[in-house]
Amino acid sequence: MSDMTEDTDRLGALRRWALILVPYLWLLGLFLVPFIIVLKISVSDIALAIPPYAPTLDLSQGWQGLRDFLGKLDFENYIFLTQDDLYWKAYLSSLRIAVVATVLTLLVGFPVAHAMARAPEEWRPTLMMLVILPFWTSFLIRVYAWIGILSGEGYLNQFLMALGVIDSPLTILNTPVAVYIGIVYTYLPFMILPIYATLEKMDDSLIEAAEDLGCTRLQSFWLVTLPLARPGIIAGCFLVFIPTLGEFVIPSLLGGSNTLMVGKVLWDEFFQNRDWPVASAVAVILLLLIILPVVLFQRNQERQGEAGK
Amino acid sequence: MKTTLFSLTVAVIAAGAASAEEVRVYNWSDYIDEELLAKFEAETGLELVYDVFDSNELLETKMLAGGSGYDVVVPTSTFLQRQIMAGAFQKLDKTKLPNIGNMWDVVEARTAQYDPGNEYSINYMWGTTGLGVNVGKVKEILGEDAPIDSLELVLNPANMEKLAACGVHFLDAPTEMIPMALKYLGEDPDSHDPDVIAKTEAVYMVIRPYIQKFHSSEYINALANGDICVAVGWSGDILQARDRAAEADNGVEVAYNAPKEGAQMWFDQMAIPVDAPNPEGAHVFLNFIMDAQNMAAASNYVYYANGNEASQEFLVEDVIGDPAIYPDAATLDNLFTTTPYPPNVQRVVTRLWTKIKSGT
Repeated sequence: MSDMTEDTDRLGALRRWALILVPYLWLLGLFLVPFIIVLKISVSDIALAIPPYAPTLDLSQGWQGLRDFLGKLDFENYIFLTQDDLYWKAYLSSLRIAVVATVLTLLVGFPVAHAMARAPEEWRPTLMMLVILPFWTSFLIRVYAWIGILSGEGYLNQFLMALGVIDSPLTILNTPVAVYIGIVYTYLPFMILPIYATLEKMDDSLIEAAEDLGCTRLQSFWLVTLPLARPGIIAGCFLVFIPTLGEFVIPSLLGGSNTLMVGKVLWDEFFQNRDWPVASAVAVILLLLIILPVVLFQRNQERQGEAGK
Repeated sequence: MKTTLFSLTVAVIAAGAASAEEVRVYNWSDYIDEELLAKFEAETGLELVYDVFDSNELLETKMLAGGSGYDVVVPTSTFLQRQIMAGAFQKLDKTKLPNIGNMWDVVEARTAQYDPGNEYSINYMWGTTGLGVNVGKVKEILGEDAPIDSLELVLNPANMEKLAACGVHFLDAPTEMIPMALKYLGEDPDSHDPDVIAKTEAVYMVIRPYIQKFHSSEYINALANGDICVAVGWSGDILQARDRAAEADNGVEVAYNAPKEGAQMWFDQMAIPVDAPNPEGAHVFLNFIMDAQNMAAASNYVYYANGNEASQEFLVEDVIGDPAIYPDAATLDNLFTTTPYPPNVQRVVTRLWTKIKSGT
């Protein structure tokens, strides 16, 4: 009898360990290991070889090899980044584009999510389907389609000219406006879905109660709906903001050569300049720029949670 | 669903297994008569996978990353030299290349500067970098005596300002655009001195607002359709644009000129990556290309000169007789070649180019 409880205890402990271990292994394999590889390249020097950087780690030399290897690493690529204002300009410009695009996506996405959550229950699966449906087409093709819509001879200009709204075609393609349109369009589902998930769970009687207690509709939206939707809004904003910060495809297809974004700089360093160490250094900084606000935000959330208790 | 997935997996695995019979070639875009590809498959029974690129830099990234999966690639001579130094290619087995006797010693002597003894590569085509113009529109804007055969056309801001509305494209290739600007300034186009190279920044920064796009393949269609007025591009590409415009009969007349100040001459070389999955098949492909009639068919189609002497009797008069393709002795004297930059200068050049392109 006692053997059996011991067994179930052990099984339970094992299960708990597995439960903790799996996410950590996941993080280790898919985040930490790639990060260390990139970090390693970023402290190497550019070389004319395969792969195009030096030194490479030669484990057959044992400890001596490892020590030689570590001795040759330095941070000169990071110093190089500070000496050239291109990189700071690219980071700042990406940050600005990401913030503006996130706000725009929120402004478009929130009403859609709100309407979906208030729609009759039997419609909701269909509406949900409509949001997800574009994912069935390749992302690249959808962005290419915007070239056809926005170009000088494109559908949008043809349509507006036929309506008589404009006389000569608008230049939208190859400008920041086209980049914003592309980002909002592409990332809209990532904003809608988490907000919809929180709003759908919301109890309608709360709004009724607020209105019974004298709130106008606007007030009840501001005081009840919005705070309850906060977790969804925050999740949606992160899901849009983080990938937008490093976005490469949309600015290179829809933006002009003067749309400066760090994802494009990264691509140029890698494929044009063939400078893997500098490209890796740019990537490490980008990662730090993304991780810092996320960690700070998480801390803040935890503290608020504790204070709430 | 499961069965489809399963059969799909089987198909993918089967395709992987068949790769021994495949030859994978990575060549420049718009650079071959596609009938030759079908002919190769019919003659040799090998399956040909033919992919294209439009930038040496992109090719070099793939070569230096290793494992590109290609059996034959076509870098330009200066890039070839860097990649040979990096150990990216294998030596050719000339016993498997009986057609190598067809090659032209005049070209081989020049390519040997980059690949001593031509041990790693054979010449595919060669040409110059120069000016493609929509003759009618440019003369309408700049007058009858528009300098269509001079760098003044594209590097003098006074001319560029007037041409901007009509559209000007530049190659996205720093190793050709920097030497061109140096030539314009009267400097040595092959200078490796960072201070001299830096002088080109001023040249480009004043004309940057008037350049519509930096791109290395779009200008063929853009010129042919009359979407742009001027392109700084590669000789044969511009001649292809001339031909497409003539075929379309759209009233666009395209002309190519090597700038009179001096034009860069380059050689595109076929080589076999060190990790090619099918080096045997790669040799079969190279030998096929060096066949006099095949090479002539390629040149007749793309309007580039080749390094194959035996092919010359099969070239049409439009190609062999055109000094823009096969330059006469006087023009040949006016052409210059460049050598690869060492890594620290390379960084200066590419960094400068990023700055010029982004206009910051």
